[in-house]
Amino acid sequence: MDKKLLKRRSEYQWVIEPFGRMNVPAIIFADETLIEAMDKKVYEQATNVAALPGIVKASYAMPDAHWGYGFPIGGVAAFDPDKGGVVSAGGVGFDIACGVRTLTTGITAEDIKAVRHKLADRLAAKIPAGVGSTGKLHLNSKEMDNMLAGGAQWAVERGYGTKEDLLRIEGRGRVSGAEPAQVSDYAKKRQQDQVGTLGSGNHYLEVQHITEIYDKTAARVLGLCEGQVVVSIHCGSRGLGHQIGTEFLKKMATNASRCGIRLGERELACALINSPLGRQYIGAMRGGINCALANRQILTHLVREVFGDILPQAQLKLLYDVSHNTCREETHLVDGTKKKLYVHRKGATCAFGPGHASLPDELKSVGQPVLIGGTMGTASYILVGTEQGMSLAFGSSCHGAGRSMSRHAATKIWQGRQVVQDLADRGILIRSRSYRGAAEEAPGAYKDVSEVVEVAHQAKLSRKVAKLEPLVCVKG
Amino acid sequence: MSDSSGKAGWEHFPHEADVGIRGRGMTMASAFEQAAVAVTAIITEPAKVEPLQEIEISCEAVDDELLFVDWLNSLLYEMATRDMLFSRFEVQIEGNKLNGKAWGQKTDVEKHQPVVEVKAATYAELRVGRRRDGIWIAQCVVDV
Repeated sequence: MDKKLLKRRSEYQWVIEPFGRMNVPAIIFADETLIEAMDKKVYEQATNVAALPGIVKASYAMPDAHWGYGFPIGGVAAFDPDKGGVVSAGGVGFDIACGVRTLTTGITAEDIKAVRHKLADRLAAKIPAGVGSTGKLHLNSKEMDNMLAGGAQWAVERGYGTKEDLLRIEGRGRVSGAEPAQVSDYAKKRQQDQVGTLGSGNHYLEVQHITEIYDKTAARVLGLCEGQVVVSIHCGSRGLGHQIGTEFLKKMATNASRCGIRLGERELACALINSPLGRQYIGAMRGGINCALANRQILTHLVREVFGDILPQAQLKLLYDVSHNTCREETHLVDGTKKKLYVHRKGATCAFGPGHASLPDELKSVGQPVLIGGTMGTASYILVGTEQGMSLAFGSSCHGAGRSMSRHAATKIWQGRQVVQDLADRGILIRSRSYRGAAEEAPGAYKDVSEVVEVAHQAKLSRKVAKLEPLVCVKG
Repeated sequence: MSDSSGKAGWEHFPHEADVGIRGRGMTMASAFEQAAVAVTAIITEPAKVEPLQEIEISCEAVDDELLFVDWLNSLLYEMATRDMLFSRFEVQIEGNKLNGKAWGQKTDVEKHQPVVEVKAATYAELRVGRRRDGIWIAQCVVDV
């Protein structure tokens, strides 16, 4: 992106002052290197979002922002329902509440060394992943609705995990206001075989070890120490979420012209929050969020079963579960007044600061854990939300680095088998259903997440706590 | 990728996070058919998918572009719920309505080695129209 298009407000804030139909400025969080490398579509999309009705303060883009669907990926935008604010299916995406959870284990990389091949094989066998895989749970219509209303709470009530887990999930494992009746039969049918499955593409289940601690105090509170093994799961609401996104995007696109909402691009399709369509989408989308939370809870149970067999001394405790494709009703200070806003985070994570009411007591001193996923050959990071972040971008941070080249280009450069072998030579065991998939997911095909995380830290969006590197990676 | 006349065919075009698919043909319907092959090609080699079982699809939308996305999303729905892959397609379009057929088989992980699940066809880079040389194209980005 040409820097000259932007006004540099500070070292890490680049502003596009309102012009044309923009209601608010667009603000991109990045350093000079990231701004120059950012694709121009981010400029276009951030300014399009700024033109949506009822947007509050600014249209934000996180340090990992790239070309998305209407919203840039890494986009954050909040809307005031009392000022004609809108909700956008494109601003949430097709994988509603895709997110990451990380579990601590209490064991070290040394402890798993002797059994890591067995661990990798068993995880790959146990975790349904990839096209053609089927979850073990088949829910009847009533249970499907219960799941959509109850989220991870429903899963725990069915024996998947513990009540303690729920305290470490956004919203205590369940978003209220979900309306299963607004989720179509098509979406429920599409989810039939996919309950408790990992998905494919950039989804993963990783066994990682902590290789660096940046903040000893925060690490102690989070129960992290160097050398410790953790397990991270990255996936979302599966077919149900994709179907909700598909259906409501069509309804909103069809509706937008009828309501005279001018869209910068069709993917920005939205509806007034206070409209029947807006409320239907919110009800369905919340069902999608609960579906993702339930999904990650079930997968956690499967992982615990595998560890229970192979490494019984491990105690898998949920550190936190964050989602990065959501629209949530939140209260924020706007010009000194508390306002209820609908905050879209598209490929961006909630990052609430210390003392936030949503946090369990033991985490209030440090802030909400923020889990940033890397690729199967690089690093992931654990950060925490900051107080400054609350006023910078509604308590938001980045979610991961994004691709640096297309899938097609990646398969031209890398052979899947070689990618897997190279990683094995580095001590990282990959279990992938497809070699071509492994090539498409090659570490080199992604941007450097370390750079993105560093900028998020320097920009005070969130604060670095620990670095994680993969030992075992299960892909779909 | 294309037949010998070069008139009907498909291709992928670069998109940062996901994949662009494009079908082309002598008619809009033919372009839609080819685009569907392009979607299958993201997941597996279309030639590996035997057209053993026929399914029917019908959809409706307010304009050609939304109809195109609807067609692809209807196929994705069938793929997900039937656990099938498709390699042959036949489309008939009348006004706002599409009636289509697809032929394929159950997903065989060993045979098809599916690479990735396609989540949805999107409105990004969405275009349905006729080129100056008379060839129809239908394209969009699909979310993987």
